[in-house]
Amino acid sequence: MADRRYTKTHEWVAVDGKHATVGITDFAQSQLGDVVFLELPKTGRKLDAGETFGVVESVKAASDLYSPVAGRISEVNDKLASKPELINSDPFGEGWIFKLDLAGDLPADLLDEDAYKKVTEASNH
Amino acid sequence: MTANSALRRTPLYDRHVALGGRMVDFGGWEMPQQYTSIRDEHFAVRKAAGLFDVSHMGRFRITGPSTKAFVQRLVTNDVSGLEPGQAQYNLMCNEAGGIIDDLVVYCSEDGFLAVVNASNREKDLDWMRLQAPADVTIEDRTFELSLVAFQGPEAQRLMPAQRLDDIPYFGFRDGEVAGVPAVISRTGYTGEDGFEIMVKSERVGQVWDAILEGGGEKGVLPAGLGARDAARLEAALRLWGNDMDETVNAYEAGLGWTVKLAKGEFVGRDALQKVKAEGPHRTLLGLKMQPGDIARHGAAVSAGGRHLGVITSGTHSFFLGYPVALAMVEARSLQVGDRAVVEVRGREAPAEVVKLPFYRGSAHSITEKKESRNG
Repeated sequence: MADRRYTKTHEWVAVDGKHATVGITDFAQSQLGDVVFLELPKTGRKLDAGETFGVVESVKAASDLYSPVAGRISEVNDKLASKPELINSDPFGEGWIFKLDLAGDLPADLLDEDAYKKVTEASNH
Repeated sequence: MTANSALRRTPLYDRHVALGGRMVDFGGWEMPQQYTSIRDEHFAVRKAAGLFDVSHMGRFRITGPSTKAFVQRLVTNDVSGLEPGQAQYNLMCNEAGGIIDDLVVYCSEDGFLAVVNASNREKDLDWMRLQAPADVTIEDRTFELSLVAFQGPEAQRLMPAQRLDDIPYFGFRDGEVAGVPAVISRTGYTGEDGFEIMVKSERVGQVWDAILEGGGEKGVLPAGLGARDAARLEAALRLWGNDMDETVNAYEAGLGWTVKLAKGEFVGRDALQKVKAEGPHRTLLGLKMQPGDIARHGAAVSAGGRHLGVITSGTHSFFLGYPVALAMVEARSLQVGDRAVVEVRGREAPAEVVKLPFYRGSAHSITEKKESRNG
């Protein structure tokens, strides 16, 4: 299984060699509530780590999404256009947002499972 | 710890948490935003029935010899013809005609009950007491009495109570729900047929559990604030604090039908008479948006490059399949069928002006029945 890392802004990235898959966390979807729309990036787009790549609209609010890593987008999850609720029902699986070919090293500030858990516990209070 | 940071909880709090409710601050109360999914809860309300805890809403008992005359002076609608067992939607205005709150008043043998918005409870109580003559007493009963709303086309069939058919739209009577003495009214805030059930706080859990147990296999779900907001917005029911406040008058909010200028003196009458004579400067209207373009409260509305107003409420309607919004715009600037643009995520999103309400639920058929009986 690919190694999953997290950001303080509640995205996840699963790295497999030079390739990575990006989505938002279960905590993020639970805080957002029902997702109704995603503004998705285009295949081929180059992203820096921390760059805004899209917007998720939930019933509650519109939130910017930030790329956890740098690279070029190789595939976008088109299913989300018609079924944005996949973000709620399966955020780490069918609700993945895009895949990319990694450029350079992984950012040093990516969080592991335990560190991310501390972030979510802090924002629950 | 200050008083401001302490959120209040209703007697059903533990049940909300046990049902998986995501608790949020709403008007100073810790209330469930949703239990499972706003979409599912909203569909339950439209297709079967949803059960809401609305115990956070303020409830005042008004008694004393001149209660009716006092209420008549306090609110915009005409309460003089109300009989015991009849409720009425109302506005309470300041002298300038601005809306202090919207409320439902219930006329009973021994006085009136007023149900007000949670966030306005203390303000309303102060205002009412300031306006009240010496022989009228206003008691805050919010904490002894709990209120749940059971709303949806199947609510009457699925409610554990007898003879509900004898309660007309906006009527109420004493009765029993699941064996618990209750005041049952055919009122609500979803556009659907349904009931609001007022019981002593220590027994509300029994009513809540019985309704969910009895209706669970028939599509009944506990429903949170998210589903409530979507349902009320589709039905174009105004929300105080979003669509109206003390700077908005009844005619601007499209609630002129609640203002009975001919009934005699009441607070705000002179100002409202002037607005009616001159015509309101602003008006509330409905906008249909494209999928994905959710218009948020405060977003700018324009047409032909001219700024016309702002969005007051907006959401994605799961039931209709597109986002809907209410906007407060310059009077006579837009008609049904016109195109406008709304600022969504920093760009201009197209909108179409549509007739209100966006959706007519089962509550309307009850009204029609009543109207045809009267006619």
